[in-house]
Amino acid sequence: MSVISHAVGTPLDRLDGPDKVKGAAVYAAEHPVDRPAYLYPLQATIAVGRVIALDTAAAGAEPDVLAVLTHRNAPRLASAHDAELAVLQSDEVAYRGQIIGGVIAETPETARHAAHLVRVTYAERAHDVALRPDRDDLYKPLNAAFFCRGGGELMDGSPADSAVGDVDAALAAAEVRLDATYTTPINHHNPMEPHTAVALWSDDELTVYCSTQGVTLSRDLLATVFGLDPRRVRVVCPHVGGAFGSKVYCHSYAVLAAMAAQIVHRPVKFALTRRQMFSLVGYRPATVQRIRLGADPGGRLTAIAHDVVVQTAKAKGYAEQVAVCTRCMYAAPHRRTTHRLAPLDLPVPTIMRAPGQAQGMFALESAMDEMAIACGLDPVEFRIRNEPGVDPETGRPFSSRHLVDCLRDGARRFGWDRRGPVSRARREGAWLVGTGVSASTHPSPRFAGNTTTIRAGPDGRHTVLIAAADLGTGTWTALTQIAADALGVTVDEVELRIGDTALPPASPAGGSAGIDSWGTSVVETAGRLRALIDSHHGGVVPPQGLEVTSDMPDNPDAAHYAMHSFGAQFAEVRVHADTGEVRVPRLLGVFDAGRVINPKTARSQLLGGMTMGLSMALHEQGVVDPRFGHVVNGDLAEYHIASHADVGSVEAYWVEAEDPHTNPMGSKGIGEVGIVGTAAAIANAVHHATGIRVRDLPITLDKLLRQPVVEE
Amino acid sequence: MKPFRYQRARDVRGAVDMLAQAPHGAFLAGGTNLVDLMRLGVATPDLLVDVRRLACDRIEELPDGTLRIGATVSNSELAADRRVRRRYPVLSQALLSGASGQLRNLATTGGNLLQRTRCVYFQDLTTPCNKREPGSGCPAREGYHRELAILGWSQACVATHPSDMAVALAALDAVVRTRGPDGERAVPLTELHRLPGDEPERDTVLRHGELITAVDLPPLPPAARSGYRKVRDRASYAFALVSVAAVVEPADGAVRDVRIALGGVAHKPWRASTAEQALRGAPATAERFRAAAEAELSAARPLAGNAFKIPLVCNTLVATLVGLADEPP
Repeated sequence: MSVISHAVGTPLDRLDGPDKVKGAAVYAAEHPVDRPAYLYPLQATIAVGRVIALDTAAAGAEPDVLAVLTHRNAPRLASAHDAELAVLQSDEVAYRGQIIGGVIAETPETARHAAHLVRVTYAERAHDVALRPDRDDLYKPLNAAFFCRGGGELMDGSPADSAVGDVDAALAAAEVRLDATYTTPINHHNPMEPHTAVALWSDDELTVYCSTQGVTLSRDLLATVFGLDPRRVRVVCPHVGGAFGSKVYCHSYAVLAAMAAQIVHRPVKFALTRRQMFSLVGYRPATVQRIRLGADPGGRLTAIAHDVVVQTAKAKGYAEQVAVCTRCMYAAPHRRTTHRLAPLDLPVPTIMRAPGQAQGMFALESAMDEMAIACGLDPVEFRIRNEPGVDPETGRPFSSRHLVDCLRDGARRFGWDRRGPVSRARREGAWLVGTGVSASTHPSPRFAGNTTTIRAGPDGRHTVLIAAADLGTGTWTALTQIAADALGVTVDEVELRIGDTALPPASPAGGSAGIDSWGTSVVETAGRLRALIDSHHGGVVPPQGLEVTSDMPDNPDAAHYAMHSFGAQFAEVRVHADTGEVRVPRLLGVFDAGRVINPKTARSQLLGGMTMGLSMALHEQGVVDPRFGHVVNGDLAEYHIASHADVGSVEAYWVEAEDPHTNPMGSKGIGEVGIVGTAAAIANAVHHATGIRVRDLPITLDKLLRQPVVEE
Repeated sequence: MKPFRYQRARDVRGAVDMLAQAPHGAFLAGGTNLVDLMRLGVATPDLLVDVRRLACDRIEELPDGTLRIGATVSNSELAADRRVRRRYPVLSQALLSGASGQLRNLATTGGNLLQRTRCVYFQDLTTPCNKREPGSGCPAREGYHRELAILGWSQACVATHPSDMAVALAALDAVVRTRGPDGERAVPLTELHRLPGDEPERDTVLRHGELITAVDLPPLPPAARSGYRKVRDRASYAFALVSVAAVVEPADGAVRDVRIALGGVAHKPWRASTAEQALRGAPATAERFRAAAEAELSAARPLAGNAFKIPLVCNTLVATLVGLADEPP
């Protein structure tokens, strides 16, 4: 159905803004509960082995300590199938930092102090945390889809490998060839709001106030673990202070908080410290990626191979779709992608903004820059020359694809024509100046599992209920706009309720599918409501009001079209000739994200993605010490995220292009495409500025300085 | 966090007396470093003697031209002081390159000097660290040490002192005034901090209960120019990978006098005496500056992961000196 647009497309201010500014928006840790107790976790200080002794006497004897929870006294869970959530079900330690217990006390300070008094003895086994492409235990993933809950080999449900034609022969025959290896490190999400669960039981019902990207998914996970009917579990989360994927899954901390509340028969609050977030809430896994490209002398790709080794945890398989981006980006008759997992004794990775795409497009788009130079072509022109007419692996048409428009429009806005082809050719004072480009892409799916209820009142007011999530991204506002148009009323006449499993179920905010999925559900229900009013009530809402509930329909076009968002990003970079310091005074992106629901929140999403991409390019790196098996730079002083001073001008634009196949709004995913390609644009600009090709993220100054050899 | 007692001192003598009776106590000023370490369980004092409100909060000029900075003057106030900005730009620049606005408002002059050296293993109770637990070992030497020392380290410790302010003060020949159980004394800033040797747990020469009351800045010659250049992994809010504080007194295209201190390279602000000696009386040219920097760094012993600091120090030092020598008088 088509919807006449009034609210959609307008840059409405955030409806939740005033509450957030006043401090009235309630976050997980702030939910008032009666006589809360506080939990501080015990974490393993070995990488692999067993807990053989626990001396909790001193901790238990501290005044105001209510209980010390360990594997010895923890409640038995109904399901230990999910290794990450099987908290305290055995004495086994699978990674350093794993939860091995918790102290529950009257105050957070007491709990923390008492936790330091617990003495743990381990039987340690050898561990291995080194990500190397030549490991002999690499394996092809199986059944990793959506945290091992769906079918399919990779996390997004895609097959691990793909092949078209004869890549090896085409590479051997190619006149221009590239063979390069790119690496990306562990990245950590570090949302402002630490992960928090406030758990309380009444009779056999569990309520958890949890900072989560999806209350329905969190509820289902907790219900399974505790063996409860999902109707007896309630998860509430109206506001989230940033998530970036780390709150899609509810992780072990939420299970621990619920167990603790069971033991002490009181509500328990558990807010993680920043340091704990480096081992307990997942991270972006590191990759080693080999890319081979072959081209003819005219700069047309004949072969593309993208072979990925990506880490997973031995504790629980997680297979990220790193090379999947390469399957849809450029035309070439011969092509191959592979994914192999390196099982490490590290914490369990998880989704982080544009999982796989962010790492994969750094490699592919760096390689495209190298290949453009090898072919003697401008990097924008090279990409345009290899633009496919249809999805190159499946042969399906794209639901919409305006990448060339993004490249051309971006080049015009950025002033790309002033760029010289030669690297290290422009210097301003002590600074070497260069520019670079990259393409962006992200799938634009819709997730199943959405139901909406809409209540119409005789006063023209409508209440829209769906357990959607707002991560700070603008759901409260954008979904209200969609509902208003679908109902044919103004935004003021819509009251949206989200973030609570007491509402009809919803898929999580993830996969760039949030608004597209929930919006489709809302539009469907609104259509049914309006039809009902027209057919049975003469076009007028009856005095007692009306309520309609309906599920989101499947998309019949999903099987016939390739659905992706696209973009082109341009970066200007300055590298200090003496120190190698890198500055990015300018980032400019033009995106193809279908119809834009709210230009203000959409622009913030894109700017935020690009800024996070800049941070990924220059700063972010979880450093694993192989001897201990953990990330040693686990705080915000040592794990660098771009500061304000690192971010210069960032501009985001989009092509006005509604997608006719994705959903009734004509929108495409916008939450993740902004981070995809930024790192490559910056790396390519660094090469243009300095002549130095950095293939290993992050691009720190030491990689741009000539260095002496150290003898060990 | 371990439970502790808290007392507020009325005056310097009272503060010193309070701590003299508490062998495991500590002075608390801004708390921007100590409280962090207490939260982590790295520092476990049983008594905090709050000295923040002692009457050491003034910057005053002495008859001989010395500028005396009270120990509780905040980093923000000190950086903004007109006399400091005019006469000792190196100090103002160093202060403003450190931490964040909020931290500088809280941090004091004395506390800044006494912040602990940094190293990820020192902060992490789950790993050994000779500084935190003497004799437990140093994982940094063969571990993660990108930010750590290339000069003056020992087998026991390779940590670096994080203060920017202290590097500037080292170049300015500042003198630290203290009061302890044994009375008052004056310690040249360059002798306040220690190299780790086999006692890495001791960052400074101060004894237990000895309180910094002021820092004296001797006057600079009228022709002197000074500046601070900090190189770090992000544009703001990061510790120095390398920093250079320099005071140059040029005369007729030559260097009449020069004082140089380096940050981010050692367990203490590193006074580059070898480079200074090579430059006194020498022509003020980039070539001579580079030769002096290389002479200073001939003693450097980089670790596997921080050898980049050698060219970084050389380049930064040369650029800083060229900039100061070219500065209009």
